[in-house]
Amino acid sequence: MSGSEQLQEIADRIVAQARPGEQVEAFVSRDHETDIRVYEGQVEHFFSAQSEGIGIRVIRDGRTGFAYAGTLDQAAIAEVLAEARDNVEFGTRDEWAGLAEPDGVEVVEQPLWNEELAAYATDHKIQLAKDLEQLTLGIDPRVRVDDSNYSDVAVELAVATTTGIRRNGRENGCYVSVSTLADDGDETQTGFGFSVGRSPQEFDLAKAAREAADRATRLLGATKPASKRVTVVLDPYVTAMFLGIISSTLNGEAVAKGRSLFKDRLGDSVANPLVTLVDDPTNPLAYTATDLDGEGLAARRNVLIDGGVLQGFVHNSYSARRVGTRSTGNAVRGGFKGTPGVGCLALQLQPGTRDQAALVADVDDGVLIQSVQGLHSGVNPISGDFSVGASGLVISGGTVGAPIREFTIASTLQRMLLDVVEIGGDVDWLPMRAAGVSLVIRDITLSGA
Amino acid sequence: MPEGRTGRALIGSLSRVIDQDVLERVLATAVRTGADFAEVYAEDKRSTSVGLDDGRIEQVTSGRDRGAGIRVVKGDTTGFAHTADLTEAGLREAAEAAAAAASQGGGVARTVALTRGPERVVSPVAQYPDEVRKADKVALLLRMDDAARSAGGSIVQVSAGYGDSHKHMLVANTDGVFVTDRQVRTLIRVTAVADGDTGMQTGSQSAGQTMGFELFQQIDVDALARDAARIALTKLNARPAPSGALPVVIKQGSGGVLFHEACGHGLEADLVAKGGSVYRGKQGELVASPLVTLVDDGTMTGEWGAIAYDDEGHAGQYNVLIQDGVLTDYMWDYLRARNEGHGYSGNGRRQSYQHLPMVRMTNTYVLNGTEEPDDIVRATDYGVYVAKLGGGSVNTASGDFVFGMTEAYLIENGEITEPLRESNLIGNGPAVLRDIDLLGNDFAMGNPGTCGKDGQGVPVGDGQPTLRVKSMTIGGTAA
Repeated sequence: MSGSEQLQEIADRIVAQARPGEQVEAFVSRDHETDIRVYEGQVEHFFSAQSEGIGIRVIRDGRTGFAYAGTLDQAAIAEVLAEARDNVEFGTRDEWAGLAEPDGVEVVEQPLWNEELAAYATDHKIQLAKDLEQLTLGIDPRVRVDDSNYSDVAVELAVATTTGIRRNGRENGCYVSVSTLADDGDETQTGFGFSVGRSPQEFDLAKAAREAADRATRLLGATKPASKRVTVVLDPYVTAMFLGIISSTLNGEAVAKGRSLFKDRLGDSVANPLVTLVDDPTNPLAYTATDLDGEGLAARRNVLIDGGVLQGFVHNSYSARRVGTRSTGNAVRGGFKGTPGVGCLALQLQPGTRDQAALVADVDDGVLIQSVQGLHSGVNPISGDFSVGASGLVISGGTVGAPIREFTIASTLQRMLLDVVEIGGDVDWLPMRAAGVSLVIRDITLSGA
Repeated sequence: MPEGRTGRALIGSLSRVIDQDVLERVLATAVRTGADFAEVYAEDKRSTSVGLDDGRIEQVTSGRDRGAGIRVVKGDTTGFAHTADLTEAGLREAAEAAAAAASQGGGVARTVALTRGPERVVSPVAQYPDEVRKADKVALLLRMDDAARSAGGSIVQVSAGYGDSHKHMLVANTDGVFVTDRQVRTLIRVTAVADGDTGMQTGSQSAGQTMGFELFQQIDVDALARDAARIALTKLNARPAPSGALPVVIKQGSGGVLFHEACGHGLEADLVAKGGSVYRGKQGELVASPLVTLVDDGTMTGEWGAIAYDDEGHAGQYNVLIQDGVLTDYMWDYLRARNEGHGYSGNGRRQSYQHLPMVRMTNTYVLNGTEEPDDIVRATDYGVYVAKLGGGSVNTASGDFVFGMTEAYLIENGEITEPLRESNLIGNGPAVLRDIDLLGNDFAMGNPGTCGKDGQGVPVGDGQPTLRVKSMTIGGTAA
């Protein structure tokens, strides 16, 4: 029996203990991770660990209780079920509470497990981190390496419910990353580079090294710009972070609870007609491609904004029930320690056709934004206020010039979507829940000196 | 156990779960292949969280985390493994995995003798969370929901959360360190959403202490909820924040995060060692306004970052980092202290037994100055008054940092006037520290925080008196 089938047995056994009138869900997972950090040619740390656990949700008379434990020890599991039942007493009755039910949507199989990675030797993993450090140091004499890392993780999981959901699976993946420092006199700047894959064969170490060196050196000598209004070109990496924030405004739970700035806007024009935004975890190119959502329903393609018009929100079974629709297969769950929330799985802006250089060439007075800081502190997805620290390159007369840093860019999320000027054709499938692409937005307030 | 009470199986002391001679044998196993140092960190943690949203108690969650992390150091290499199996066999297996990770070579047998350290109480607990009825925890949130909603008809949504944790921890290492501790933390938070003509605004408040349920004899949860509602309602009339450089006055107890980001992280010895800090090599130099004395204090009773022992078994301490503007010392963990022959400072912390320890802050704060807070505002012609900061982040190598202002006002002609919409502030750590030109006499600690570093979160506190920074860049949209 495979590992995930063993986990399925554990989940099934819990569900079989449901009492009349109870809905029960058991989520069981086990993961194994390796984390190797190299510094100056030596292994600085080597971390190898397996963890496992179970989360049990019990719903009775519209009340929900939950408990978890970081072990699959028999006695502990029994205690988790008892605690979850006990916790039911304290929940408020909610007519929409309930588990997901099978909805007949076909699962689109994804290649989530790689045997080659599963069998990859430890020595080779260490060597990859050492190679990446050496490659990075070789690019520019001003660059130092803070650390060079190899990491992989393998996850097996199973979910079962009294409503008839019964799914299990496994997934693995790996990445290398390098953090850099570049010095020039008293000044030090930092950078990073990475490469991800289902197997180490997919790594592009040279690209990771080049990006890490470039990110650290490009800001040396950067100055603080004067405050003004500008057009910005967002690097694909920055766009992906921006889309991550937009996704929380399209969250069906936030809509149901009146907490989304788009709550009453379905069918309205909310963005420039160039903007078509799709959440599609069935696209195997997406880093976060998956076959199942956090409740065990088939992951699926959902169009959220089409030609600037708001078409829909993402839902799990609870938020869907509340607003009288069906789950869009967007339950997300952070592991066995929590119950499923709602979220986008693999967002993508429909790309344009031109590369970043062509986009920049059309900008008379602007900034190429290469990194942002403070997304968690300066953006409020409920009010829409957007203000983040940034660094990048001045664009003048269609040409990229001197580096600038220690400034902010600000607008509102509502305005930014309407102020989109062009979307690039340079899609980058980053290891995030959104794909990157260059994005031009006008009328942004830059605050500096 | 009385009916309706929680915690069917109260946590046992870990030193009763794991015998001292077992620890000695496991550590000996870990260094058998010639390692310099080995450590066992074990924990048994029970937690309860309650979430309220949209007028309903959505869920009570009970959690249990129990296991041990074993670290083996050989030369400059650290091997690490963890296990949820606290039997001698489970611990030995993890010890061997960690030893193999740290070393390929052979070595000599070594025996390990542990001396139990004294029990140390920094934050006494009057009412353990396990002894409080879940219904009483739930009731706090329902009260806050009522209080926030009754603050005004424009309050359209309220969410609130309660969390407690009760953790037993044990650390033993081949230097002979052997300590146990129990840590109890209790937290409550509330967010209100107000809706008006110009869209929605939010206001949040929280309180958290390293103590038990007696927290709620000290704080008034209704007042906390009303304050969150007040912030949201006030911001309905807010105008866009200015764009550009202005004087900034930061209210007592709301700006400690400024120091956490502007210089705290840069004073962590692990970042300093690799040259990733602007404060490297600056000991003995003037790095801040002479008004500034900055302390990191793990011994501050009851505060969110208080610890009797750090997660490497060394006592929490009161450490002066900056004295009258002069950099006096960094913060240290085991590895950095060993490498540089420095004493321990009680700053080796980790998120859980599944994580490696590193240098972390505890409670970081600036001592009082002499100014009356009102005089600081009066001395400012035009600027921004920040009454509440959100989170922040820093690039320790360049010193550039940002933090969000979640409640702020304009200062005009020495008076606090109109509320401002949310935005980030941006600055450079060393520059901002030098630019502090007025320091108040009204020291207060701020809200409980979670500090993230290298993917690990740990509880931290911060505080400061009202102060003024001569010039910082405000990232608003108003000209």
